[in-house]
Amino acid sequence: MTASLTPPIRAEYERDLPEFIDAPVERDIPLAARLWSQDWLRRLVIVAAIALIWELAARWQASPLMLPTFLQTARAFVSGIADGVLLDRAWISITVLLKGYLAGIVLAFLLTSLAVSTQFGRDLLSTLTSMFNPLPAIALLPLALLWFGLGQASLIFVLVHSVLWPLALNIFAGFQAVPETLRMAGRNYGLTGWRFVAQILVPAALPSIVSGLKIAWAFAWRTLIAAELVFGASSGRGGLGWYIFQSRNELYTDQVFAGLAMVIIIGLLVENVVFATVERATILRWGQQR
Amino acid sequence: MVLLSGVNAASATAATPDPLLRVKGVTLEYATRERVVRAAHRINLDVHAGDRFVLLGPSGCGKSTLLKAIAGFIRPTEGQILLDDRPVTGPGADRIVVFQEFDQLPPWKTVLGNVMFPLLASRRLPRAEAKERARDSIAKVGLSGFEDSFPHQLSGGMKQRVAIARALAMKPRILLMDEPFAALDALTRRKMQEELLQLWDEVRFTLIFVTHSIEEALVVGNRTALLSPRPGRVRAEINCHAWDLHSLGGRDFQAAASRIHNLLFDTPDPEDAQDNRAVAAE
Repeated sequence: MTASLTPPIRAEYERDLPEFIDAPVERDIPLAARLWSQDWLRRLVIVAAIALIWELAARWQASPLMLPTFLQTARAFVSGIADGVLLDRAWISITVLLKGYLAGIVLAFLLTSLAVSTQFGRDLLSTLTSMFNPLPAIALLPLALLWFGLGQASLIFVLVHSVLWPLALNIFAGFQAVPETLRMAGRNYGLTGWRFVAQILVPAALPSIVSGLKIAWAFAWRTLIAAELVFGASSGRGGLGWYIFQSRNELYTDQVFAGLAMVIIIGLLVENVVFATVERATILRWGQQR
Repeated sequence: MVLLSGVNAASATAATPDPLLRVKGVTLEYATRERVVRAAHRINLDVHAGDRFVLLGPSGCGKSTLLKAIAGFIRPTEGQILLDDRPVTGPGADRIVVFQEFDQLPPWKTVLGNVMFPLLASRRLPRAEAKERARDSIAKVGLSGFEDSFPHQLSGGMKQRVAIARALAMKPRILLMDEPFAALDALTRRKMQEELLQLWDEVRFTLIFVTHSIEEALVVGNRTALLSPRPGRVRAEINCHAWDLHSLGGRDFQAAASRIHNLLFDTPDPEDAQDNRAVAAE
């Protein structure tokens, strides 16, 4: 049994290796494969497929009041852009959105910085997030209207609410996941307090922070559009949600779709231009994310 | 061999200046959820300027904990650690640590940025001078040309070289190394040991080096403290300035290694010890 497991002793050999000419060492990838490896092209194909299915479904259904075709919507969209209404409404929404979004980000950073430095801060953060995170922002709107009146302040209040808790949870999870060695390295150089947070924790936790910012951005949009649908124009100038609501009331269904398309296009732009650029310049470059 | 080290110890004590670092009766404990564990018990050690002082012991002897205490991350429950006669109270830039883990390098900084980071963070040098010092120190560890690479683009050995360059650039009173080459492959480890000794020859820093490899202790150190496990206590201090990479495998070297092995594991039978040592050293 054991004897059979003894490997045989074989002769040694040496070889001279001539220059390798049997096949090319490098070769090009075919053009089609190279094109298909482009993210934007594959995504464009997906969007085009959706548009095609939509167009066919709408034509088959044949009721522009219920479901306008893709081309009708595109026409409404182009004319909305041309006469400036759609861009104007989008601009109103975006300015309000950015105010709430930025305020939410600042608050989330304050809360999480407090949470990493003190036990009390940690308790405060976990209690507040578990209390408020499940509350839909829109459910706070009646209260906000009562407290801040019919205006931008109410919208910003609900926006902050929808941004703050998910973002704070993400940032905090990111901070907690920073490796102990990296923390010790930072403390070794004498970094403490906010300098430690800014120079070690924030960059190390950037993948979580960026994903939190994306989630918060989406939450903010949803909340804003819903809030505008519910109580409409603030100080006489409504945003995209109000545009959608008005168009529905006047049975311009193609304009409803054009308004929704605007929301989607802004979302795609922010995701693929703003966030993608931030990611390329940071976490992808640093090898923190593939 | 025993005679030789005895002579050396005697000649060393004859003209001993004040030690740079004094570990005086230090007891270290750490708390888990259920109990408090004593990692090291009343450790006394003196480290002199220019020493390559090795803390050697099996896992669980508290050598890494002791190093972290010297770095200031852990407070002793008993005793004192004195650097230049001043007690160590917390982490500081006068004791730079090279850790075992590769994630000690912030991934968002280039090699140059990483080496400059502590110089700027501790506000020791203005940016221009920090850059110059960093380039100098990167050249010393043989990484010129990689200044603009990010850590994730480097191999394990190169990352450790960056960590060493970063520590050297700070010109710390003491350089602390916590099993810096343990995560490297054997060939790279050999090369890094050689380079570390060359670097020491060139720069003459004071080093405390934690390892669990007897060979590494003999090669890298000029003096080795042997720690016994659970709790860590000093079993012996041994001179090993006579050995370097060229003595590997020599008869005297083997004898020194098995002597250390016997001290650590209390196995007097020499044949048995030889076998175990080979396994422990891999």
